[in-house]
Amino acid sequence: MKKTAIIGAGPAGIEAASVLAGSGVEVLLFEKSETPLSNLKDKAFLFPDFSAASDMVSELEDKLLKDNITRCFGTEIVEIKWKGTEWQLVSGKSEAWYADSVLIATGYSTFDARRKEELGYGIYKGVVTSLEMEKMIREGNIVNGHGDMPKRIAFLQCVGSRDEKSGNHYCSKVCCVTAVKQAIEVRKQLPRTDLTVFYMDLRMWGQGFEEMYRTAQEKYGIDFIRGRISEAAATFDDRVQIKTEDTLLGMPLRTTVDLLVLMVGMEASAGTRTLGASCGIGGEYGFIKTISPHLYDNDTGKPGLFAAGTCKRPLSIWDSINDGRSAAIAIKDYLDTLP
Amino acid sequence: MPEFGFSIKKPRSENLDVTAKAKYEELARRVPSFKRCFQCGCCSATCSARQFTDYNIRRLHTMFRRGNTEGLAEELRKCMLCGKCVLVCPRGVNLRQLIINMRKMLEEEKK
Repeated sequence: MKKTAIIGAGPAGIEAASVLAGSGVEVLLFEKSETPLSNLKDKAFLFPDFSAASDMVSELEDKLLKDNITRCFGTEIVEIKWKGTEWQLVSGKSEAWYADSVLIATGYSTFDARRKEELGYGIYKGVVTSLEMEKMIREGNIVNGHGDMPKRIAFLQCVGSRDEKSGNHYCSKVCCVTAVKQAIEVRKQLPRTDLTVFYMDLRMWGQGFEEMYRTAQEKYGIDFIRGRISEAAATFDDRVQIKTEDTLLGMPLRTTVDLLVLMVGMEASAGTRTLGASCGIGGEYGFIKTISPHLYDNDTGKPGLFAAGTCKRPLSIWDSINDGRSAAIAIKDYLDTLP
Repeated sequence: MPEFGFSIKKPRSENLDVTAKAKYEELARRVPSFKRCFQCGCCSATCSARQFTDYNIRRLHTMFRRGNTEGLAEELRKCMLCGKCVLVCPRGVNLRQLIINMRKMLEEEKK
């Protein structure tokens, strides 16, 4: 049986593993954590249908219950090398495995909001990231830095995305709709809290997203103000004062909120950067570079070496799953050409 | 106290903390379609009054939304209620009703 190694047990890696195993390929699935899907497990609900993330977790985990999938969890692959006829994978503990092809699905990490010091993350208690907000929504316990119910919440888009200063010129693609989703979730839990989203553009690119935005305005009374928050400061009672320009009125605004939620963007994960550099397929911003985004978007240009999911660029969960599936087909085609 | 000729200036930035959202909420109750506005500017672009004066209905209703109604009653008199804005609005905002209700609310405030 031909063998494929998949690095990363997120949505893309698991979907690819499932499709390949189903078509008679032996799969080695590596994951640096002890358990799969750690980013997905951080989510409460998924856009645009508000389905529970935990349902998707269990469905994806079920896909791994196939005989020819070997799970190597708690194993971090730090180097992959082409050995003439097969790939060698080396772990941090210098163990080695061999496979006919390799799929890199090492995913993303979120932008460290402390790098935008002017926004006060890690300095003021009332400033949180979108990840922390997601956790509060999941636990049904949305509170400010003092454990009180927030009366006013502001969401700020593009933190660490579309930002020359942090070196990330790109759009992280999912934050716009995530803020709309989170604001609606907060509204459901806190009917009287004032909610405002500060944006530069609202990129409602996916099916059902624009409708979510419309519902957020019409049904949930969420305000949208065009303008990027330039800075945050603490008030004497430890709330957060923010400044922005309402760019549609050409008027400076200031306001005080109990929570400022920073919608942090996606960056290449440490694993993505390491493997990209080790095989010479690292592209812009540390993401993995494929031959072409149109027709060969899983091919790295190296024989039998493929990439899928957010190790290539920011993607939504559904994009990642589709990409894992498409990578599985590309891998199967490649394995069929081998003797 | 000697007069030095200095004074403390009020900041020009709008303070959202002190603006009464109640006014906007009342307007949105009367004209629910207003909540759907996404600031495209079609209403101002087609506006007949806009062609000849600096009357800008998109800006005016947004100022109202932010709680700033200074000089608004005077501006709104420039509207002839022709209704072209209602025809072009992609989000189906009933701007004619919106203008009539803003006028009414500002009139009620005066009393």
